[in-house]
Amino acid sequence: MQHVISVLVENEPGVLSRVSGLFSGRGFNIESLNVAETLDPTISRMTLVTRGNDQIIEQIIKQLNKLVNVIKVVDLTGSEYVDREMAMIKVSAEAATRAEVLRIVDIFRGQVVDVSPKSYTLEITGNDKKIQAVIDLLAPFGIGEIVRTGRVAIARAKREGSDSGGKRGKEPEE
Amino acid sequence: MKKTGAEILVESMKQEGVDTIFGFPGGAVLMIYDTLLKYSEEIRHILVRHEQGAVHAADGYARSSGKVGVCLVTSGPGATNTVTGIATAYMDSVPLVIFTGQVPTMLIGNDAFQEADIVGITRPCTKHNYLVKDVQDLALTIKQAFHLARTGRPGPVLVDLPKDVVADSAEFSYPSKIKMRSYNPTYQGHAGQIKRAVKLIAKAQKPLIYAGGGVILSNASKELTALAQKFSFPVTTTLMGLGCFPGTSPLFLGMVGMHGTFQANMAITHCDLLIAIGARFDDRVTGKVDTFSPHSKKIHIDIDPTSISKNVQVDIPIVGDAKNVLKAMLKFFEEEPAQDWPKVHADWLKQIAEWERSSPLTYKSGPCIKPQLVIQKIHEITNELTKGDVIITTEVGQNQMWTAQFFTFTKPRTLITSGGLGTMGYGFPAAIGAQVAFPDKTIIDIAGDGSFQMNIQELATAVQYNLPVKVAILNNHCLGMVRQWQQLFCAQRYSQTVFEVVPDFVKLAEAYGAVGLRASKPEEVEPVIREALGIRRPVVMDFVVDREECVSPMVPSGAALTEMLLI
Repeated sequence: MQHVISVLVENEPGVLSRVSGLFSGRGFNIESLNVAETLDPTISRMTLVTRGNDQIIEQIIKQLNKLVNVIKVVDLTGSEYVDREMAMIKVSAEAATRAEVLRIVDIFRGQVVDVSPKSYTLEITGNDKKIQAVIDLLAPFGIGEIVRTGRVAIARAKREGSDSGGKRGKEPEE
Repeated sequence: MKKTGAEILVESMKQEGVDTIFGFPGGAVLMIYDTLLKYSEEIRHILVRHEQGAVHAADGYARSSGKVGVCLVTSGPGATNTVTGIATAYMDSVPLVIFTGQVPTMLIGNDAFQEADIVGITRPCTKHNYLVKDVQDLALTIKQAFHLARTGRPGPVLVDLPKDVVADSAEFSYPSKIKMRSYNPTYQGHAGQIKRAVKLIAKAQKPLIYAGGGVILSNASKELTALAQKFSFPVTTTLMGLGCFPGTSPLFLGMVGMHGTFQANMAITHCDLLIAIGARFDDRVTGKVDTFSPHSKKIHIDIDPTSISKNVQVDIPIVGDAKNVLKAMLKFFEEEPAQDWPKVHADWLKQIAEWERSSPLTYKSGPCIKPQLVIQKIHEITNELTKGDVIITTEVGQNQMWTAQFFTFTKPRTLITSGGLGTMGYGFPAAIGAQVAFPDKTIIDIAGDGSFQMNIQELATAVQYNLPVKVAILNNHCLGMVRQWQQLFCAQRYSQTVFEVVPDFVKLAEAYGAVGLRASKPEEVEPVIREALGIRRPVVMDFVVDREECVSPMVPSGAALTEMLLI
C-alpha cells in the first residue's frame, strides 16, 4: 500500500543523503521525495511517498526515526491530510490546437507560464490523479517535456468549537 | 584563551576521560600528532601497523572495558582503511569514536591528494558522522560524537577533521551538558508492557530466555541471572551474548542457531514463551524464519525499536535498556502469586536435559590434534592458572564457532568476537586492544591460519608495546569454514580454500620479536599452552590440526533450526 510520510529533519548538509541512503541500502521504495525548509530555517520537511506492506512501513518509520538528524516522522496515511503535486508541462500548440489546449488548461484550473509560437508551458496543481488526467488529455497534442515536484502533504487542521466536535476539516470543493 | 583545533581535540578527549588512542599518522593529521607529543603523559597513543588494526584494537578495548574506543588516522587511504573496522563495530554495537584527517576545506571536492569522502563512505556503517567545517564547532561536535557513541544502542561515530580546521584556533570551553532534539533513546521500558510480559511469563509452561549482546552492553548480566535462577528459566544466548549468563549453570543450554547446541535449537523450536533480551533475531539464529519458534508467544526487550519485529513478529515488544527492564520485571514479579518455579518448569527442564543427553557437543579424537581439544585445553588451563580471569578473542570461521561451543564463558566481556559482520582478521588486533585495557589479564586470540594472516602485521604493535597477547592458531592449512561448506554443499570441490603456501608461524613470530611455539601431536598441546602462558611476551602458538574437521551441529543456511546436520 502507498504511504505518504512527512519527516522533519535538521536542515544540514548530508541529511538528504542519509535518508535516501537508508532507502536504497535497505531496499525500500521511494516513489517521490520532496524537501524544503520550514518556517524554522534550522528544520526542513521531507514528504516521502513510499510503498510497502505494514511490516515494511513500520520498519521505514522506525529506521527514519533512528537517523540522528531526523526530528519527527509522521505517517500521514490513515489520518486525514491534504496533498498536492505541481507539474510543468511543455505541450505543442499549433494554430489549429492552441484553443483546445487552453480550454483543457482552463478546465483543470491550470496556468500558462510560458508561450512560444509552437508551444505552451503549463502549470498544473492537484493530486496525482488530476495531473495524470491532464497528461492523458494533452498527450495527443504532443508533450515535449514534463517536470513534476512529487507530492507535498500536510495533515488537516482540527476544527474546534464547531458541531463537528473537533473533527478534522474538509477539503473545499474544487 | 584561544586554542588550536588540534589542542581542542586533545583537550576534549581528556574531558571525555580518554587516556588511550589507537592510530596511524599522516599528512592531514600532522598537527594533531605534533600536539599529541605535548600530551604524551596524559594520552597514550598506540601506533598500529595498519589502520584497520587501529579500529579493531579500539573495538577490543571498548568491548573488554565498556569504555569508548578512540582512533586517529589520516585522510584518504588512512580513512578508507578504517571502513571494515567501523562496519564491524557498527554491526556489533560497539562504542567508538574515529577521528579522520581530511584535506583542507578549500580543497574538498577537488580530488586532492589523499582525499576521500569518508563521511559519504561511512554514512551507512556509522551510527552518525560529522565533517567539521569550522573550528568553532569542534568542541560541540566531539561532545556529540562521544554522547552518540556511548548512549542508546552504542555504535561507532566518525569525525572528519580538515587540516585547516585543526590548524585554526578558537576559544575553548567544553560543553558540560548536551541535549539533541533529534536524539532521545528510550531507557525505561513501558510499565504496562512490562506488566503484560510478567503476566505472560507467569503462565508459561515452557519458557526460554534468548539473550544477546545487548545484555552485555547494558551490563544486565546480574539481573538476567537473577531472573533466570529465581524462576528456573532455561537460557540460551547468541554468539554475542556468550558470557552474559554463567555457562556453568545447569539452566544454560549453550549457543543457539546455525552452530548452536542441539538442546538450544530444539528448545527454541518447542518453547511456548520466548523472552528475547538484547538480541535481534539474526538469520544465523533463526534459520528459516517461517519455522522459527512456531509455538511460542514472544516478548522482545531491546533498546533499538528497529530491532523489534524486523525479522520475526513479536507479541509484546518492550523498548528500553535491558538492565532497567529486567529490574522492573523482577519488581513486578513480586506482585504475582508465588509459585514453586523449579517444580512448574520441571518437565520442561527434564525434556531439555534429554535433548542434551541425546546429542551433546562432542568430537572424535584421532592421531592428529583436534581443534576442539586445543580450545578445551585452553579453557582448562586458564581456569586453573587464572581462575577464569581470561579474555578470549576469536577470528572468524571454524575457530570462532568451536570457541563458542567448547569454551565455557562465565562472565560478560570475556568473549570478544566479530558476530554481525564476521570480519576475518578481527581477533588479533582486538586482543591487542583488550590487553591495552587490561595489561595484567591473560588475553588469548583463538585464530585460524587464514584469519590471522589478515592482520598479522600487528605482531609488531604487540611487540613494540610489550603486550603479552597469546595467539592460538588452529592451523589447518585452509579456510576451514568455507572448506566445510564446500565439503557439505559442493561435493568436496575445494575451490580456492586450500592454502598451498602457509608461512612458518613460529619463525614469523620470531622475526617480529615475539615467541613462536608449535604443537603437532595431541600430547604436545598442553605443554605448549602452559609454556605460552608462562611467558610475559607476545606468543604465537601454532597448533597443526586436523584439516577435515567440521563444526557440528550445523543448520544449513536457510533451513529450519530442527534440520541440524550432526556431522
